[in-house]
Amino acid sequence: MFPILEAEFLAPEIKRFVIEAPRVARKRRAGQFVIVRLHERGERIPLTIADGDADRGTITLIVQGVGKTTRLMNMLEAGDAVLDLVGPLGEPSDVRNYGTVVVIGGGVGTAIAWPTAKAMKAAGNRVVAIIGARTKELVLLEPELREIADELEIVTDDGSYGRKGVVIDPLCERIMRGNRIDLVLAIGPVRMMQAVAEMTRPSGIRTIVSLNSLMVDGTGMCGGCRVATKEGTRFACVDGPEFDAHIVDFDVLARRNRTYAANEAEALETFRANPNAALEFVRRSCRLDRCHAEGDLAEVSSS
Amino acid sequence: MSGNTLPPKERMKIPRQAMPEQEADLRRHTFTEVNQGLTVLGATTEALRCLECAKPVCMTGCPVGVKIRDFVELITAGDYLGAASKIREDNVLPAITGRVCPQETQCEGCCILGKKFEPLGVGYLERFVADYEREQGRIGLPEIAPPTGKRVAIIGSGPAGLSAAGDLVRWGHAVTVFEALHEIGGVLLYGIPEFRLPKEIVRHEVNALGQMGVEFQTNVVVGKTVTIDELMTEDGYDAVLVATGAGLPKFMDIPGEHLSGVYSANEFLTRVNLMHANDFPKYDEPVFDCRGQDIAVIGGGNTAMDAVRTAARLGARTSTLIYRRTEAEMPARVEEVRHAKQEGIDLLTLANPVAFLGDDEGRLTAVRCIRMELGAPDDSGRRSPVPIAGSEFELPVAMAVVALGTGANPLVQSSTPDMATNRKGYIAADPETLRTSKRGVFAAGDIVTGGATVILAMAAGRTAAASIRDYLDTGRWDGEPPSPA
Ligand SMILES: Cc1cc2nc3c(=O)[nH]c(=O)nc-3n(C[C@H](O)[C@H](O)[C@H](O)COP(=O)(O)OP(=O)(O)OC[C@H]3O[C@@H](n4cnc5c(N)ncnc54)[C@H](O)[C@@H]3O)c2cc1C
Ligand SMILES: Cc1cc2nc3c(=O)[nH]c(=O)nc-3n(C[C@H](O)[C@H](O)[C@H](O)COP(=O)(O)OP(=O)(O)OC[C@H]3O[C@@H](n4cnc5c(N)ncnc54)[C@H](O)[C@@H]3O)c2cc1C
Ligand code: FES
Repeated sequence: MFPILEAEFLAPEIKRFVIEAPRVARKRRAGQFVIVRLHERGERIPLTIADGDADRGTITLIVQGVGKTTRLMNMLEAGDAVLDLVGPLGEPSDVRNYGTVVVIGGGVGTAIAWPTAKAMKAAGNRVVAIIGARTKELVLLEPELREIADELEIVTDDGSYGRKGVVIDPLCERIMRGNRIDLVLAIGPVRMMQAVAEMTRPSGIRTIVSLNSLMVDGTGMCGGCRVATKEGTRFACVDGPEFDAHIVDFDVLARRNRTYAANEAEALETFRANPNAALEFVRRSCRLDRCHAEGDLAEVSSS
Repeated sequence: MSGNTLPPKERMKIPRQAMPEQEADLRRHTFTEVNQGLTVLGATTEALRCLECAKPVCMTGCPVGVKIRDFVELITAGDYLGAASKIREDNVLPAITGRVCPQETQCEGCCILGKKFEPLGVGYLERFVADYEREQGRIGLPEIAPPTGKRVAIIGSGPAGLSAAGDLVRWGHAVTVFEALHEIGGVLLYGIPEFRLPKEIVRHEVNALGQMGVEFQTNVVVGKTVTIDELMTEDGYDAVLVATGAGLPKFMDIPGEHLSGVYSANEFLTRVNLMHANDFPKYDEPVFDCRGQDIAVIGGGNTAMDAVRTAARLGARTSTLIYRRTEAEMPARVEEVRHAKQEGIDLLTLANPVAFLGDDEGRLTAVRCIRMELGAPDDSGRRSPVPIAGSEFELPVAMAVVALGTGANPLVQSSTPDMATNRKGYIAADPETLRTSKRGVFAAGDIVTGGATVILAMAAGRTAAASIRDYLDTGRWDGEPPSPA
């Protein structure tokens, strides 16, 4: 069991957790993730390690509620715990001094990009951060990025904060203006990463994306996370999650991510009908001895 | 000691007892165990068939050398718990091996009775005594030697790791098993389905090891969460056993493999067995909705058989097994093939997929196959399948599972550069001692041999345990003089 020490909403539906996981905290490097299972009947979901404190033995996760598991997780508070947490998984970001690195974060992708942006800065790069959100209140980690970025540009879909538009607009301008860019790191929705890849392809700017494929084990034993690349099949959980954007087939990724759309909708609907029963379930699952959990939990879920 | 007073002629007249099974048309819809186990009467009758050979050749066929004649004699004497302890001297997971061993090529394949009659049901009897023991709640825990003060880390909780843990803890060593997944058992848990091996039995065996003092740590991926070097230098383990199995799925590298609905057997079986996706939405993990669909599984081993029978139980309308040779060459256990056929699985032999076809949404709609014929024998002596030009055809399916074997997962090896591996990425270990090229580190099971069997993994685990004891006692590695410490 992994106790939650802090939990606070950063934006609507986006929550930051500080979780006790000493081994992961000691080992983790920018770009890596963990797999979390909330309770006895839970699924395993991948979440990026946004930050960590080796001395305190904690890691930070930033979670956007999009479906049953993430919404349920976002109901948890300090004092609760998650049942299983394993990591750090995946290859760390290839952090070097490239020169000028443009970091693009779309939505919760900003949280996923942040640790690598920080590491890039520490490695001596000039970091230009471009972050986007649908609307003002969803803008993430602005103060944190201000601290490390040499330039920070904020974009909102509705123009309620920063400039109006999408995150690729400022990138496009920089490329047109001939600004020096040695590396682009883009993390966000599949279609956004694809657009970035297409934008940097003609000028051959090295572009890295972090792929959010569906995962089960996260250790390379199932291939559920496989992505099609020009160099053949790769497993996002062990070969990635970061890849050269110019070799990735984003259409395949987008389609594969829709595989369970109907199931996801069903799970969310059941959850929404009685979210508190689900929460109660997690709380019991993480308190009781595993062997006893089954029986007791049966009543909760049927109630 | 034997209670068997029947003359050999009479013994031979007794027919082999049939395994009571759940009706095929009922069991096709449930995950409860197919084989129901012999009754006390059935087991005693079956035991009476044993000729009690002076030189029991059956034993030579058992990879761990279970004293078959002796335990069968204990059954005829009515001492079932005694029989169980007798088995446990050589085999720590009898309830499991009694269910999943390919007995027809091992103990039963060597049984003298089998020359003229049917061989003794050794697997059935082994299972009977282990189940009896469990039902009596009287599992006989062996004596534990006083603590030696030495600590052993075992990486991986499959049959190899578990059997090694059992021996080492008995000898007084402190044993910690590190497992990447959230539950203990390896393939026994995530691979072999409930209808062949109830998970309650795996948990029971794991609990017994826990009671003996084995410590289990789940959610630890060695190579990521911690490395072997850290286990030895920082955490103070005196020896390490790598028993990580062969869990890397192989794909076919043919067009369309990325379509939704195409699974590796590992993914499909893990979703169902470990994550309980058959109980979605009570459990959160989904799996392809097979209800009313046509599905295909590619391969001819136990894994393929498990996958196709699982799909049938998830409600598939038709479930087809595509295999490139003929039924006679299928590596799966005979019993599994028979059960699969009874459950309505279609065998499409001498056929091989060449492409997966899909719709605009990226969903699988069909497998394109080519017919095969058997050509000249290859290195393994088996006649190799050769495609027949121009014989391509399409089989419409909504889900396909690729079960063509697995390879070595490189996570541990790549984080331990001073531990040698072979050409295929398996760990190089001395066959007799299972020492690796790295001092204090041993390896056993599928990660050394490639995908094999439960009993071979267990046997290897025991061999490794014995060499680990030897190393811990003498401090000697590769014949070098004992260390001054
Ligand atoms: C390596 C990696 C790191 C990740 N890091 C983070 C993180 O730090 N914070 C965070 O909030 N999310 C992160 N994700 C995404 C997160 O895993 C998914 O949002 C989560 O699995 C959804 O689970 P759910 O049950 O709540 O939603 P589901 O019910 O499974 O899905 C709801 C909707 O979310 C979308 N979705 C499903 N799975 C994914 C996915 N893997 N990626 C993106 N969208 C998905 C689908 O469009 C679906 O319609 C990461 C994913 C990967 C692969
Ligand atoms: C579907 C299926 C059906 C089968 N049916 C039969 C059968 O009927 N009869 C039979 O005899 N054999 C059968 N087999 C084969 C048999 O299960 C294997 O040969 C046996 O399990 C191998 O045991 P093992 O201990 O070497 O590895 P495994 O059982 O594979 O266990 C390895 C364990 O190590 C863990 N691990 C891997 N990497 C790491 C890491 N880096 N850190 C920590 N832990 C790690 C894994 O998660 C796993 O739990 C079957 C196999 C499959 C897949
Ligand atoms: S998630 Fe299973 S291999 Fe990547």
